[in-house]
Amino acid sequence: MRKYVIKRILISIVILIIVAFLSYVLMRCLPTSYIEGIARAKSQQPGSKSYEEWMEQLTAMYHMDKGLVAGYWGWCKEAIRGNFGDSWYYTVPVLEKFNSVVWLSFVMGLISFFFEIIIAVPLGVLAARKQYSKTDYAISIVALAGISLPTFFFASLLKLVFSIKLGWFDLYGLIGRDYYKLSPFGQFMDKANHLFLPIVVLVVLSIGGLMRYTRTNMLEVLNADYVRTARAKGLPESKVIYKHAFRNTLIPLVTIIGGSLPGLFSGALITETLFAIPGIGYASYYAMVAGDIPFSMFYLVFMSVLTLLGNLISDVLYAVVDPRVRLA
Amino acid sequence: MDNNELKNNPSLEDATKEINKGQEKYDLNDDRRVKVLTPGALVRKRFFRNKVAVVGLVILIFMFAFSFIGGILSPYSQDQFFYRDDIMQKEVAGVSVSKDFRYEIKDVTKFPPLAQANVAIATAMGENKAEVDKTVFDIVKVSDDFYYIERAGELVAYRYKDIISTAKGDDSFSFEFKYEALKAKAEAASGFTFDGKDYILDEEGDIILEGNVVGYVSRYIVNAVMADFAISRELKEEMIETVEKGGGVVDYTPKDEKLEEGEKVQYFIEYDPVRDYYIVKQEKSVHKYDTYSWPGKGHILGTDRYGMDMLTRLMYGGRVSLLIGFIVVIIETVLGVIMGGIAGFFGGWVDNLIMRLVDVFYCIPSMPIIIIIGAAMDAQAVDPTIRMIYLMLILGFLGWAGIARLVRGQILSLREQEYMTAAEATGLKTSSRIFKHLIPNVIPQLIVNCTMSLGGVILTEATLSFLGLGVKFPFASWGNIINDVNNTFVLTNYWFIWIPAGVLLLLTVLAFNLVGDGLRDAFDPRMKR
Repeated sequence: MRKYVIKRILISIVILIIVAFLSYVLMRCLPTSYIEGIARAKSQQPGSKSYEEWMEQLTAMYHMDKGLVAGYWGWCKEAIRGNFGDSWYYTVPVLEKFNSVVWLSFVMGLISFFFEIIIAVPLGVLAARKQYSKTDYAISIVALAGISLPTFFFASLLKLVFSIKLGWFDLYGLIGRDYYKLSPFGQFMDKANHLFLPIVVLVVLSIGGLMRYTRTNMLEVLNADYVRTARAKGLPESKVIYKHAFRNTLIPLVTIIGGSLPGLFSGALITETLFAIPGIGYASYYAMVAGDIPFSMFYLVFMSVLTLLGNLISDVLYAVVDPRVRLA
Repeated sequence: MDNNELKNNPSLEDATKEINKGQEKYDLNDDRRVKVLTPGALVRKRFFRNKVAVVGLVILIFMFAFSFIGGILSPYSQDQFFYRDDIMQKEVAGVSVSKDFRYEIKDVTKFPPLAQANVAIATAMGENKAEVDKTVFDIVKVSDDFYYIERAGELVAYRYKDIISTAKGDDSFSFEFKYEALKAKAEAASGFTFDGKDYILDEEGDIILEGNVVGYVSRYIVNAVMADFAISRELKEEMIETVEKGGGVVDYTPKDEKLEEGEKVQYFIEYDPVRDYYIVKQEKSVHKYDTYSWPGKGHILGTDRYGMDMLTRLMYGGRVSLLIGFIVVIIETVLGVIMGGIAGFFGGWVDNLIMRLVDVFYCIPSMPIIIIIGAAMDAQAVDPTIRMIYLMLILGFLGWAGIARLVRGQILSLREQEYMTAAEATGLKTSSRIFKHLIPNVIPQLIVNCTMSLGGVILTEATLSFLGLGVKFPFASWGNIINDVNNTFVLTNYWFIWIPAGVLLLLTVLAFNLVGDGLRDAFDPRMKR
């Protein structure tokens, strides 16, 4: 077991190094004139450094003067020490900006993840129990519609109905205009009010996948011999479902849920941007569009780390949870 | 039983028909009684039994017809602009009432600015003298609105409220002439003499010399807002008349060669309390883009922000979205099948290498990368067509890992089956073993996967276009049509701009997913209980 985990971690690190290298190559491949243009625009802001200084800073940070491999090595050495440079767009160190936005995304992700699970799993089980019934069809179609919904369209619809027609929520932002006059509880409620629609979007768009996954796995288990045996010996249906079938469905569920835990930090790029929620997705979207290379580079690596971590966790969990799995 | 015999015996025939209702008349042991279906037909049968999947298929057929045939049938083209003539009230002139005193000064050295101030104070106090540096100015009041100032008996200046101008509109009247004219107006005299000539001053303030109007005195100032708007005397008078009434409509027949005889121009005069000013507006027809026009005749779904027909844009947008989806999926599949096939078939270090590559590609965050590249292309002003090609290549290149994994997994299990041993034993070439014997067996899963990922690719493209980083104007795409919703005014007021595109997008992606689901169930009956 330990050997397996260590091996997986080592492989992940190798993959991370390669992905980071590809990201670095991408950043180096951006046309020089593009970077120069950004540096020029930056230098013209009031109180900014001079154009040469901006260019020098970038060159030093990304070792542009060296070859690709040597430059990447230089970047790695800095990155391992936790130095990702200063964000061009936000004019603060990248990690500082990251730290100030990531927690909001995490909270948002955690809340929607919670709702996703408590909605999707029971519905998936229900659909599997009543396969080919009207309930099953309804649930499956709703799940598919959730998967097929374009985020921006759904968000716009919600805005039209709840923000404009009903006026329950603000269109954009995390805090209302009189936020600073409110009591601490009022401030909390104000934020909750602003986060409501984004969370609804995240939940509706994500329940489909988990619901289908639950349904498929539940069906597989319901077809298994031991379920037939359980029924044959006359156990009540609820016991068959919840004690024999559902517990076995939990194995793949736990692995996939565990694997998506790191993703809670990744933020929701589109949703946050649409609702102007200043989380990591929103921050990095504007950084990327503005050509903020230090921040973009960091974000790419961060996202890769999250993906790798997710895969690692789900693989390890799979082995831990299911005793039938023998590790080579 | 013989068919001929049956025909000869009607009653028996009927009876048999009754028994064989709906079945063909074959012997019990006739092989033809057993309907043999090819695997393809079986799949088809199972697929068509699934109503939801059939609905999806119908939606897809509709979408294809809508996008590819609709574009041809539509009377408009993708980038055809429409115009409309609007009647707009344009501000052409303004009328204000002169309320402040103006000074006309003969010689500044004899009437310095300080004297002007002191005169103003003195008149306000009701005095008739003002003093500056021991020089005394006599102020003579003619009326409340006209004073003249003398310095030791010499006329140095006068202050007045009425405006005096020549008939030509220039400022060629002399100091003395203006003095005489304004004085006559202030005294309400019917005329004055200047330079040996008799001028008549009528009630309307016209200064008439030998029957010709040479100038006028008036309390109103009429200014043209537009440089090309000439105000004739008659128009001015009519305007002033209307202003005295507090505003209204002026019907004016201009003596303009461009206009036909008797054609009237209407001017609307309103008081603007903010500027303390009467605004003269004229209705003018404006030729402009027919933007955001409501659904109706001619434009079934209205027009968009550029004044293009919405329905036509939706058709062409569907074409772009579907084409991009297909091309990307083809690129993905070709790459995925080749890589997965090689990895699965050869195994060993080749497999290891390719699978690590797959891991790497799995881990690359594709959305941020496309956003970064899109932003860079924005800055470089890349041509929209080239941009679209890049978009397809990037999406395809970043998406093959999943398919490679699937193909490899399938091939690993198929490779061990007996028919492959047989193929090897017959000495078939490696390439034909992979592509003729292994890949066809992966095709069911591939088709399911492709159908599902088509929906995904279309969504990704739409999202990028929505963000303004995918398909760009002049090309339409469902995503960039909805992009307009970023304008809150459009979100609130013009549902027809973004809801149809969103519904089409949703239906298409949903239909691809439904059909994919149906295909999977049809290909893989094990999932059925």
